[in-house]
Formats: sequence, C-alpha cells, structure tokens
Amino acid sequence: MSGTGLEIRGLTKRFGGLVAVNRFDLAVAPGEIVGLIGPNGAGKTTVFHLVAGFHGPSEGLIHFDGVSLVGLKPHAICRHGLARTFQLVQPFAGLTTLENVMVGAFNRVGDVAEARVRAAEIVDFVGLGPRRDTPARHLTLADRKRLEVARGLATEPRLLLLDEVMSGLNPTEIEAIIGLIRRIHSRGVSLLIIEHVMRAILALSHRLVVLHHGEKIAEGPPAAVARDPRVIEAYLGEAVEETR
Amino acid sequence: MGARVLLALGLAALVAVPPLLPKYALEVLISILFFGYLGACWNILGGYGGQFSFGHAAFFGIGAYTSTLLLLHWNVSPWLGMLAGGALATAFGLFAGYLSFRYGLRGPYFSLVTLAFAEMLRVVAVNWKAVGSSLGLVVPNRGSAPAMFLFAEKLPYYYVIFVMALGAVWITRVIERSRMGYALAAVRENEDAAEAAGVDALSTKLRAMAASSFLTALGGTFYAQYFAYIDPSLTFGPAISIGGLLPAIVGGAGTVAGPLLGSFVLTPISEVTRALLRGRAGADIMLYGLILILVISFLPNGLVGWLRSRRPGAERAA
Repeated sequence: MSGTGLEIRGLTKRFGGLVAVNRFDLAVAPGEIVGLIGPNGAGKTTVFHLVAGFHGPSEGLIHFDGVSLVGLKPHAICRHGLARTFQLVQPFAGLTTLENVMVGAFNRVGDVAEARVRAAEIVDFVGLGPRRDTPARHLTLADRKRLEVARGLATEPRLLLLDEVMSGLNPTEIEAIIGLIRRIHSRGVSLLIIEHVMRAILALSHRLVVLHHGEKIAEGPPAAVARDPRVIEAYLGEAVEETR
Repeated sequence: MGARVLLALGLAALVAVPPLLPKYALEVLISILFFGYLGACWNILGGYGGQFSFGHAAFFGIGAYTSTLLLLHWNVSPWLGMLAGGALATAFGLFAGYLSFRYGLRGPYFSLVTLAFAEMLRVVAVNWKAVGSSLGLVVPNRGSAPAMFLFAEKLPYYYVIFVMALGAVWITRVIERSRMGYALAAVRENEDAAEAAGVDALSTKLRAMAASSFLTALGGTFYAQYFAYIDPSLTFGPAISIGGLLPAIVGGAGTVAGPLLGSFVLTPISEVTRALLRGRAGADIMLYGLILILVISFLPNGLVGWLRSRRPGAERAA
C-alpha cells in the first residue's frame, strides 16, 4: 500500500446558496497529527463528512494513499483505511461495548472469535475494559467518546479522523483522552483532529490548519498559528459576538 | 443449565405429544408453528435488521402461487416447486429491497413501500385469469402422496411445519452469531455509524431480505398444500403480513426464540376470540391491533425482553 497519506485539493461544498467549504487544500502525511480548528460553523465537520464519504463534494479532489475517495461510500472508505468518529456520539445503543467494537473489527476479520479477541484488545487499550459487557446506552458521555474512538480504531485505519472527542469532558477526562490519542499515534496511525479544547490541540498537533467561513486562513506549527493575527481575529470576532 | 433441559423437554413434547392430540388441538398447534415460522422469517429482516416490512405477504403469495401453478400445469412436486417459489420471491425481494434501500427509504417509508408491493401483487393476482383471478386455485386431492407434499392426515403436515419452524429458528441463530448478525444489528441501531465502521448497509439489508423472502415463500407453499386452496386475498393480503410480524414483535423482535414464543401466546388467543366473535368480521383483527399497541407501549422488547429483564443481574435487556 503506497503511503502518500491524505491529499485534499480545491475541496468545495455548496449547500444551495451556502458555501460551507471553499477551495480547501489539506495534506496529512503518514505518521502526522494535524489539528483542524476554527470557530463554530467554520466547516470543519463538513470537511470530515466529505472525506469520509457522507457528503459528495461540489468540486475538488480527495485522495488517500493514491486512491480517489470521491464517490466512494463510507464503508468503502473505511475499508480503504480511513476511519472517523462522530462529534455527536453514535453508539449502537442496544449492543454492548465489546459488540460495538466488534462491528468495527469485522472490517478486517470475518471470523467471530477472532473479531472478539481483537475487539477485546482495543476495548482494553482505550480503557473501557471494565465496561466491556455494558450496553452502550448505559455508558457515560466520557465512555461513549472512548467507544467512538475504539470502534474507529478497530477498523484498523491508517488515518483516523477525530471529531471533537473531548467536548463535554472534564479536565481529568481530557487529560486521559490526550494520553489515549498519543498511544493511538504510537501504534502508527495518522490523525486528523477537530477540537475546540485549545490546550489539547496545541499539545497534540504537529501542524494546525485553521478554517474560517469555509476557507483556510492559516496553516503551520501550532505555536505560530496561535499567534497569527488573522486567527486571533477570527476567534475574537466570534467571542465578541457571543457576549451580546 | 435449566434452560437447556427445559428446551429439550419442550422439543420432546412437540415431537411425542401431537399424535395423541384430538384433531382440533392439532390444528391449533399447526397454526401456532405456522405463524411462528412466518414470524421467524420476518424477524431476520424486521427484527435483526430493523427494517419493518408490512408486506411479507408478497413473498408468501409468490411461494404459494409458484408451487401450485407448477403442480397444476406441469405436475411438478411442490417440494421442488417451493424452491422455485423461494427463488422467485428472493428475486422480487431483492428488486423491491434495492429500490427502497438504494433510495434511502427508512422506517415507516420502507414499511409503506413493502405494503404497497404486496397489495400490488394481490391486485395483479385478482385480475389475472391464468392464475385463477379472484376465484383462486385448488390443489387437487389425491389422498396421500408424500412425494407430492400431500398427506391424508393432519399429523404429517404438523411434522413438516415443525421441521420448518425449527429450521428457521436455527438459521436465525446461525445468522445472529455470525458477522452478518453483527452487521444487521449495527444497521438496525444506527445506519450512519454502521457505514462509518465499514458495514456495507445496502448489501447487509439485501442479504437479510434475500433470506427472509426465500423462507417466507416456503411458508406459502406449506399453506397451499395444507389448506389445498389459495386465493389472492388469503395469500397476498395484509393478514399474512401481520400474521408474521405480530408474533415476532410480541415475542421479541431481534431474538431467536421471540417469534415462536409470540405465536404460542398469540395464536391461541386468536383462536379463542375467533370462536367467541364468530360472524363479526374483522373483530379478531381489531383485537390484534389492540394487542400490538399494548405490547409496544408496555413491552417494547417483547416477551423475551421482558423475561430477560426480570432475570436477576441481567443488564442486557436489549
């Protein structure tokens, strides 16, 4: 498998008259952790939907390891080694933690016993071992976020898209998720992360990309991007609006 | 394992007791297994896959008509004819399923489309002279001819439907424990999340549709041979669609034993009310509607879900 990573060029998505994403370029090299930030409504989640095949782009190219993802269905993209989590967690509520993760594991193995073994390993890896046989509907939000990650990880992706896996968590839980993301990275998985928790995204990312009104306004090392006047303005502008 | 002993005893009773039963009791038992069988067939797509078909009579009718027409015109044994009916019903199921699933019909929209397909076939059968139109078809009585799926007594029919019901339950169990079972459950619980986890939702639903429609069609052939008469409203009518989904939902949709358990509870109730309300057409259907409302309100996971939730320490009431 040629490891050229994710390449997005000229990605545009229009919903009627609204341009949600406009001529967006992004690359994620194998082994990289890239943070995708921006104010609410900037188009970050739309980018994830486009990459993972839940929406079709209006224009633009999406390549992953040399294969075009445009027009592929989500399950085919997942099989190709690109998995995602959902911002609003989407567990299989009636299934147990282990069964949820097994569904992901079947992406690579057909045998039930083997899928169970692999899923159990990942359930332990994300720290849900004690909740293994708990129905997903009974998990706390923090555990559901871990379950999202575990299910994605079980599909054995080379690139994992994490959509706000820290939102709604307390500082201790956030610290734990940061550690988990580092351990996922050390398994050889590249990551593209949407996150509003600045402290976390600055600490984790090798590179930051900033979206504002669907357009990329900054890209670079986290420390430099955080000082970029345009980025500060984008966030401050939002902050001012919020105080009204 | 107390449950296993209980199951073995129950099966032994179902094999050993029927020859001793009076004719009417045997007929009720055949009815129980027949609707339990239809429930098990419906359960594969409706219970496990969460795709609530209201039109399984389409497959049932195709099965009944195919084997009967093959018998009448070419003297093909219904044992073979039922396989042909199953194949045709599968083809129709895949066609209807592809149209519905491909264009994203979910929930009640899927239910309505399946209902429409079944009604469409009923109207076609009513107006088609070559298949007997509304007069229906009579399976000629030649006494006992086991090779032609004809028996002089009720008892052999009982054993046939007993084996069919066991087979459907066994297939359900195999599916539940396979990769397919997990894919179906994932699609039922959350189709988008299933896709994101690598589950091909369309092909998963179509495979469940294929199994469900094939098996339902075999039930149609059984019906034709057992009652020796079929007509469009008996086989393509909503009563058959409801007759399959109701025991599954009451017993526990998405559980192996649910449909049979549901039928063991529902069918006797239906027999009694039909006897009591004789002559008041539709009263038994109204009662069925009432039962369905009560079960969905108070036992959303059916009898099996209710039994599981009563078991101490059983958290998995899903």
